[in-house]
Amino acid sequence: MSIRDVAPGDGVHPGDPVVVDRYTTGARINHWITAASLVLLALSGLALFHPSLFWLTGLFGGGANTRIIHPWIGVVLFFGFCGLFLRFWRLNLWEHTDNVWLAKIRDVLSPNHEENLPEVGKYNAGQKLVFWSMSALIIVLITSGIVIWDQYFGPYFSIEQRRIAVLVHAGAAVIAICVWITHVYAAIWVRGTISAMTRGRVTGGWAWRHHRRWLKELVSGKPAR
Amino acid sequence: MFPPLPNPTVQSTPPKFGEKDLIRRSASSVTPPAQRQTEVSKLIDVSKCIGCKACQTACLEWNNLHEEIGVNVGLYENPHDLTENSWTLMRYTEYENPASGNLEWLIRKDGCMHCGDPGCLKACPAPGAIVQYSNGIVDFVHENCIGCGYCVKGCPFNIPRISKADHKAYKCSLCSDRVAVGQGPACQKACPTQAIVFGTKQQMKEWADKRIADLKSRGFKNAGLYDPPGVGGTHVMYVLHHADQPQLYSGLAKDPKISPLVEIWKGGTKYAGLALIGLTAAAGFLHHLVSGPNRVSREDESNAKRLAGGRS
Repeated sequence: MSIRDVAPGDGVHPGDPVVVDRYTTGARINHWITAASLVLLALSGLALFHPSLFWLTGLFGGGANTRIIHPWIGVVLFFGFCGLFLRFWRLNLWEHTDNVWLAKIRDVLSPNHEENLPEVGKYNAGQKLVFWSMSALIIVLITSGIVIWDQYFGPYFSIEQRRIAVLVHAGAAVIAICVWITHVYAAIWVRGTISAMTRGRVTGGWAWRHHRRWLKELVSGKPAR
Repeated sequence: MFPPLPNPTVQSTPPKFGEKDLIRRSASSVTPPAQRQTEVSKLIDVSKCIGCKACQTACLEWNNLHEEIGVNVGLYENPHDLTENSWTLMRYTEYENPASGNLEWLIRKDGCMHCGDPGCLKACPAPGAIVQYSNGIVDFVHENCIGCGYCVKGCPFNIPRISKADHKAYKCSLCSDRVAVGQGPACQKACPTQAIVFGTKQQMKEWADKRIADLKSRGFKNAGLYDPPGVGGTHVMYVLHHADQPQLYSGLAKDPKISPLVEIWKGGTKYAGLALIGLTAAAGFLHHLVSGPNRVSREDESNAKRLAGGRS
């Protein structure tokens, strides 16, 4: 295996503390467009999912407007995520280390047991699972979403197909929201992570602690294996 | 002959039922009224229908609807299907009866069945867009409709249609406005052969029994009433000469039920979904509570510094 763990734009700046570039401006804009659409989709989707959340349609200018806007935000999310996919897919390819990391999930979740884990590259197995499950879910959501987008695609699908699609869409959306909660929680729990997506940088200590193989490759300029 | 409903007075009369008589309201819970209205029903006697379409015309007329001028493709159906403007449609089937060798012209007036257990109402996400009155009428309240098309998925009879003009759902209202002042629906009023009669559900069942006895005496031994229990009975019922084979009548469902997919989606999924989301969030909260934040230590920073070759 000779996968390089470094993406274009990643860099390391010695100093106190060491500063590591993790995401380019383009990647961050791309991420936040996708993130904003996902939040808006969750709010507008939940509004139509459970009657007690129908009041959320008020955020979008009423029920009919929510129904009109929701699928269009979905289109934005789809293309936004496509951008993220093209940027990140290579470094998210599954490798043997990821199985080892997952097998030691207890050490991942317990405080200060990270030394027992294998050194990971730019993404650990958890991040890769978020990436791949979101990729799969978004394909399911856009496909089932088109089937139930009555205004434009209604006549192309039978009522039975639309019934299946609406159930699949709801189920996939619930899972996607759970994956999203996990993603956000991980970013909050692992302190020092959020600056990667706000300013594009993390500290050297953060990279050392959580993505040592990535840091080593950045410093040495060649694969650390 | 079924005694015709008397003409109304010209004095204005208060409506006999309204908001206070709701037994179901979409996406909301209502307290059912203590006093229930008598259930009403429309009875369509297929064996008496001559296919004149007076009911279709009366429906357009009373409800002030305008159907587009269509294209003749060699079928009797006009328009070709129910639309947002045509809430009722005569459907024609030419059936060669293998038992008698007769050619039978089976004409069924299609439209909303006003189910006792309405699938459209159960699927609807907009509070108050679909209501059911204690007299059995299921009505769409257009100012609350958001045009999502969930009612189309919920309906076991493929009835609601979404308007291409205002993107709201439309179907037969059983002329709730006429019924509210003691009148029968416009289609019933216009029917020249009493193939459509209107009254209380009990009266209609009794009238149907007489019609069925008559049909049986004429050799239609499977004549019967179509009031499917799978949807809680309907407030539009048919007298069929072949009640054992409702599919003969342009695909009338034999044992209609709300699709199990819709039941799962609007039943368990709704609660399981929110529970799963809540549990995920709670798990994160608890984990943080137990294990605390995962902070970068000084040691990590100095290790990084050593690796990167920076000085401090």
